[in-house]
Amino acid sequence: MSATIEPKSEKELAQLVGEAAARRQALEIRGGGTRPLGNPVAAACIVETAGLSGIRLYEPGALTLVAAAGTPLEEVDRALAVENQMLPFEAPDWSQLLGGSKAGKSTLGGVVATGAAGPRQLLAGGVRDSLIGVRFVSGEGVAISNGGRVMKNVTGYDLVKLMAGSHGTLGVLTEVSFKLVPKPESTATLVATGLDPAASVASMAKALASPFEVSGAARLPDGEDGPSRTLLRIEGLEASVDYRAARLRDLIAPELPAGAELVLETGVDEQAVHWKAVAAVAPFHDRKGTLWRLALKASEAPALLSAIATSCRCESVLDCGGRLVWLLVEDGEAGSEERIRRLVSAAGGHAMLMRADGQTRATVEAFHPQHQRVEEISVQLRQRFDPAGILNPERMRRNAGARAA
Amino acid sequence: MAFIDMPKPDPAILARREAIIESLIEAVGADAVIHDPAETLAYECDALAAYRCPPLAVCLPRSTAEVSRILKACHRLNVPVVPRGAGTSLAGGAMPTSDSVVIGVARLNRVLETDYANRFIRVEAGMTNLSVSDAVAGQGFFYAPDPSSQLACLIAGNIAMNSGGAHCLKYGVTTNNLLGVTMVMMDGEIIEFGGPEGIPAGLDLVGVICGSEGQFGIVTEAVLKILPKPEGARPILLGFNSNEVAGACVADIIKAGVLPVAMEFMDKPAIIACENFAKAGYPTDVEALLIIEVEGSQTEIEAQLERIREIAGRHDPQVMRESQSAVQSDLIWKGRKAAFGAMGQMADYMCMDGTIPTSSLPHVLKRMQEMSKEYGLGVANVFHAGDGNLHPLILFDANKPGDQEKCEAFGADILRLCVEVGGCLTGEHGVGIEKRELMNDQFNADDLEIQMRVKDVFDPAWLLNPAKVFPIAVSHPRRNRNTGKAA
Repeated sequence: MSATIEPKSEKELAQLVGEAAARRQALEIRGGGTRPLGNPVAAACIVETAGLSGIRLYEPGALTLVAAAGTPLEEVDRALAVENQMLPFEAPDWSQLLGGSKAGKSTLGGVVATGAAGPRQLLAGGVRDSLIGVRFVSGEGVAISNGGRVMKNVTGYDLVKLMAGSHGTLGVLTEVSFKLVPKPESTATLVATGLDPAASVASMAKALASPFEVSGAARLPDGEDGPSRTLLRIEGLEASVDYRAARLRDLIAPELPAGAELVLETGVDEQAVHWKAVAAVAPFHDRKGTLWRLALKASEAPALLSAIATSCRCESVLDCGGRLVWLLVEDGEAGSEERIRRLVSAAGGHAMLMRADGQTRATVEAFHPQHQRVEEISVQLRQRFDPAGILNPERMRRNAGARAA
Repeated sequence: MAFIDMPKPDPAILARREAIIESLIEAVGADAVIHDPAETLAYECDALAAYRCPPLAVCLPRSTAEVSRILKACHRLNVPVVPRGAGTSLAGGAMPTSDSVVIGVARLNRVLETDYANRFIRVEAGMTNLSVSDAVAGQGFFYAPDPSSQLACLIAGNIAMNSGGAHCLKYGVTTNNLLGVTMVMMDGEIIEFGGPEGIPAGLDLVGVICGSEGQFGIVTEAVLKILPKPEGARPILLGFNSNEVAGACVADIIKAGVLPVAMEFMDKPAIIACENFAKAGYPTDVEALLIIEVEGSQTEIEAQLERIREIAGRHDPQVMRESQSAVQSDLIWKGRKAAFGAMGQMADYMCMDGTIPTSSLPHVLKRMQEMSKEYGLGVANVFHAGDGNLHPLILFDANKPGDQEKCEAFGADILRLCVEVGGCLTGEHGVGIEKRELMNDQFNADDLEIQMRVKDVFDPAWLLNPAKVFPIAVSHPRRNRNTGKAA
């Protein structure tokens, strides 16, 4: 049974981490617990960050937000919406997808630590591309600052990028700063139904090579509610959206296969349904099976999916034009995980295990194995930030021998 | 030399000079090694020309394999190395010491792979920034980060400094457009980090390598994002009778949801200097000038400009000038683009590079004018209004004894002010040697220690560009691990 601590300040957090390091006591770091990603962590003590909450600075005219890391995402979204602004990367709700805490609230720090971005990362980049500053407590209990509250900052090393997606293994985030974007005045979504992955990726690639600036490019699979939907989203000022949607439609329509339909969706609510389904990976809710997130060149995705499908039943949701693939494997045999990783590697990509049963999670590494030197560098960075190895130990890579208890 | 101390060269290395040169020649051949003092002189500085020191030798490898052989040799011989792109650094990033070997990557300048379906280009890092855009222009693409030195600067240097450019408000800086690198480690191992898939498989090592100022390894190849060229672009010029009003106008444009591709601000001294030099027809009786550029199709450009006109109108501009043609667009930009040349014609000048929160611009400009009187040196400002990056241009007379020192002191005070108002020391140029000692103003000891630990991982021997970024006293123990020599 784990003890839970909820520090109320960075100072308190630093003290407790310092003490834990001295005792070599492992800590599991948790925001809202809504994204249980990575290898399971064995720790007698859970540190929850909800006590470090609150927006510290918000300057809409400078597109700048600074907030404590434990601030709930929904609080941030609400505050930004008042000024018609938003976080650029469209943070997704994975609570139903990953079976994480239903009661928990996703925190800004959790979004950063897991690099949780949605379809708009196609245009705006991931969480790390909007993140401009961090404060964190290292594994030694030392408070560290890097970056700041300004967009253009090349002062010293960029630890901001390193902290994003580090899953709590380099430090406990206490404050994060973002550059924001305006909420688009208008959006439109082209919906092409009935395209197989190859045709879908080809259509999306065409759209993405055009000057009409697409902010989302995804494919939802065939399902109970209808044939596959290939989605292309455009946003901006109204006149601009009208123009670009029409041009994009003219570009895509001629090369659609027979039987495919193309519709332009302009209703705000209708579009939200599509894009929330993509962000939350709705087709895979309440489904059994092992869930992967693959990253590879989009052009490689269709062939890879075919290759994987030769030996197991699987389904996919494509995002970022096919560069990001959510893969649900429903009847994977023993060893299928290795096979999938081998095929993905051969296609030049990598595969992250996102959700699996207990036995699979206990034996298969969550993060894709990398080149030996890269692994060494990663291990050594973790050692330098957290010498006692107490922060989310083994979350990103299992140890050869355990260090902390 | 004025303010900036460099570590004393290691006499043990200088004593072995001939043997070192021989090893380098053995590694890559005589036609890739420069050691004649008359020729190494050309590598004694970068664009921070006030600080010069010829290196022990210069290597100009032709391939990643050759870079690896050179680094292996230098590692074995415990000789520090200074990576060099085109030497356009304004921060002294490529400045050598006399016991170091400069490794210039300009000969690695081939395109390796262009992939329009997946929208990336793989290049050798010695390609110039502009040549990358040129390589994909035929297919209607471009590479977005565009520092004003893009004709000359190399991708390698862009990666080392995380360079920006006029387009970065909309498209981000180098780190937002860099998908992967091939980097040669100090021990010679050649590693690929990241790739066209664009998402790290584990820790974001590409993200921390970018901006590491040549201190982690030598990047020889890069995978870069390429984007479809917009259909068109058009600027609008606005003149205001106060800096406050100009700043408020910028804020309102942003709040209205318009995201221009560039927003350039010039203060009165800059306007006058540029107009005298370039004669672009700038109004010289306004306090502040804004040049705002929008992109897209004709329809979109019109829609955005209409918004901007409406917002600007609410701030009572003295001047509002739109372009009706490509010629007029060029004219609007002409003065701004000539800013550095204009200052250079008037006097010697130092170009500073800090970032401030945009809301503090009027305060910072006011303080700067006060300091200008105190120091007795003129200063003009160009400012990337969208992202807060400020370029104060301080005029001085290099022939007047003490003027350069005064100028550097004024510059340092300006950068301290940037930090004071919540900004940072450098937005584009990097720390190099220029802002090294000021790092203590931006960071505390713990912040610096953890950054140095990252270098410890990539370059445990601290042989890669060791005298840069960190204050000399702060990096001293690590720089002298292996030698036991004095600072």
